[in-house]
Amino acid sequence: MKRIITLLTLCLFLTSAYAAQAETLKLLTWKGYAPAELVAKFEKETGIKVEATYSNNEEMIAKLRATRGAGFDLAQPSQDRISSVQAEFKLYKPMDYSKLDAALFIPSMLDAVKKNTKVGEDSFAAPFCWGTSGLIVNKEKAPGVDSWNALLDEKYKGRVSYRLKRPTLIAMGYALGYKPFELYGDAKAYKEMLDKIEETLIKAKPLVKNYWANGDALLESMRSGEVFVAMAWDNGGFKLHSENPNIDFVAPKQGALGWIDTFALPAKAENVDAAYKWINFIMRPENAAYFTEQENTPTASKDAGSKLSEAVKANFDRCFPPAVIDNIQWYPPVPAELEAMEGKVLDKIKAAN
Amino acid sequence: MKSSKAALWLFLTPVLMWLVLMIVLPHIDLLIMSLRGKDELGKPAWTLANYMNFFSEPIYWLTFVRTALYSILTMLITLVIGLPTAFYIAKVGRARFQGFFMILLLLPFWVSELVRVYGWMILLRESGVLNFLLIKAGILNKPIEMLYNDATMIMGLVYTSMLFMVVPLVSVMESLDDSLIEAACDLGASKLVIWRDIVIPHCKPGITSGCIVVFMLSLGNYLTPNLMGGKNSLWFTEQIYNQFIASFNWNQGSAFGFLLLALSSLIIWAGLKITGQKLGETAS
Repeated sequence: MKRIITLLTLCLFLTSAYAAQAETLKLLTWKGYAPAELVAKFEKETGIKVEATYSNNEEMIAKLRATRGAGFDLAQPSQDRISSVQAEFKLYKPMDYSKLDAALFIPSMLDAVKKNTKVGEDSFAAPFCWGTSGLIVNKEKAPGVDSWNALLDEKYKGRVSYRLKRPTLIAMGYALGYKPFELYGDAKAYKEMLDKIEETLIKAKPLVKNYWANGDALLESMRSGEVFVAMAWDNGGFKLHSENPNIDFVAPKQGALGWIDTFALPAKAENVDAAYKWINFIMRPENAAYFTEQENTPTASKDAGSKLSEAVKANFDRCFPPAVIDNIQWYPPVPAELEAMEGKVLDKIKAAN
Repeated sequence: MKSSKAALWLFLTPVLMWLVLMIVLPHIDLLIMSLRGKDELGKPAWTLANYMNFFSEPIYWLTFVRTALYSILTMLITLVIGLPTAFYIAKVGRARFQGFFMILLLLPFWVSELVRVYGWMILLRESGVLNFLLIKAGILNKPIEMLYNDATMIMGLVYTSMLFMVVPLVSVMESLDDSLIEAACDLGASKLVIWRDIVIPHCKPGITSGCIVVFMLSLGNYLTPNLMGGKNSLWFTEQIYNQFIASFNWNQGSAFGFLLLALSSLIIWAGLKITGQKLGETAS
């Protein structure tokens, strides 16, 4: 008995000693946002281990809400989903911008994110990367598609796919001629628009192949020619284009929907220093460029652009000429009450026959 | 005496801790959450509104009714397929192969449900294996979409829950005395009569417990309806997920969780009453 106890104490002692020695950074992020190579490089430079948990906006918020902001040192929600949950649930702690190397960031982007994540006196996030939602089109099967309305077109019956999530509602708002982002402040007008969208999407149900939930599964159905037109992220389109030149990302003429994913510190983060180190590390031009090469996702790093390969640059030159970039509709912060309305609309669409 | 009491507590403590910490406490928390809401001024208050919403919004209770009906259908199909399968394994097949058959049944459950569902999706999709074979064989001239409809979803649910029906059935059938069936045959009973008067009454406890497990598993399933059902398949569990994750409305989600618990218990109670069973008599 005595021996077992000694052994146990020894084990306990060893594990705690090990834990104290190996500093870790617990990262709550999106798939692909912590490439293995950069994680290894970071550990070599700083001795800090990175434990990444992959998630999405909604689940990130739910996870942090369940623990009141504990369990992670750094989270990466989209910039429009921060201020309303911060005001209601206090999930994050203010970002200390003096600890960031401001020279690494594109100044306009840093300022925009600061402004959009401001609650009271403090701001809560710094930009990491950005991208858009638009259309991925099989140009051989569906030539000339240039608008969100293609998702509602009888011509592509059974060949259309989109997610049943809030970006789709916004895109449909644009397809029906609304300006959804301008209605954010007016709940009544927004509700009217949602009712119209609900009606449209229920009527369009026979046209939809499926409501996709998993990005890889969508890419597979585009690849196999089961789906001609889909609403999806630009990097998926770039990936397919490299395999089949007939398939490409198309920014709809109403404007692609632009998102910015950020760095934010959960309220009970334990290792804040490591979090700042990680931000300053991954925003360095060579690291940010590596991330962009891997994921086809541009970052807010100021000098990363010049380090990109021709193939990746070609994607952006082809799909995002300056006029298209100027036309991107950036998500403003979402007021909380809109999301409850949207949830019900999405349920009704899914349940309708 | 004293030491046996200590031993009792020693063994009881983990069970009690498990029950209290992992089951009772979270449920109390959920119950409290489900009864909280906002009053007209937007201040937190006690309310039954979350429960009322379920009955006043047709979409919520209709989804529940749909989920319950499909779960009952799944249960019946599983039972109809499970009975002869179990009978074959327990009685007809040679004893030597019994273990082999059980392994065959168990084998798919060694991989996760997610992998199994993706397997079905690869087989059934428009550019999938089955369509390819049918076209090669000249039966179809253009591929058809077999995924994303209710029939496929039910098939998936039946597949997922088959094991939980067959295992209790096999175990009760093993205790059935072969001579009863032989006697019935000698006396000229038809197969139908043998099933109706001997096999099924004997298997009642196994049927009841199999049905309850399959019904609850289907009702609480999230993955299969979501992935294989596609467009029209709003399952009640998905609505709970949506309330928690998409709408950030934990109060409503908890209320739905409790309603699912209460209503499914009610359905099982009604089922037992109608068939004249008692829960205590079921076998595992």
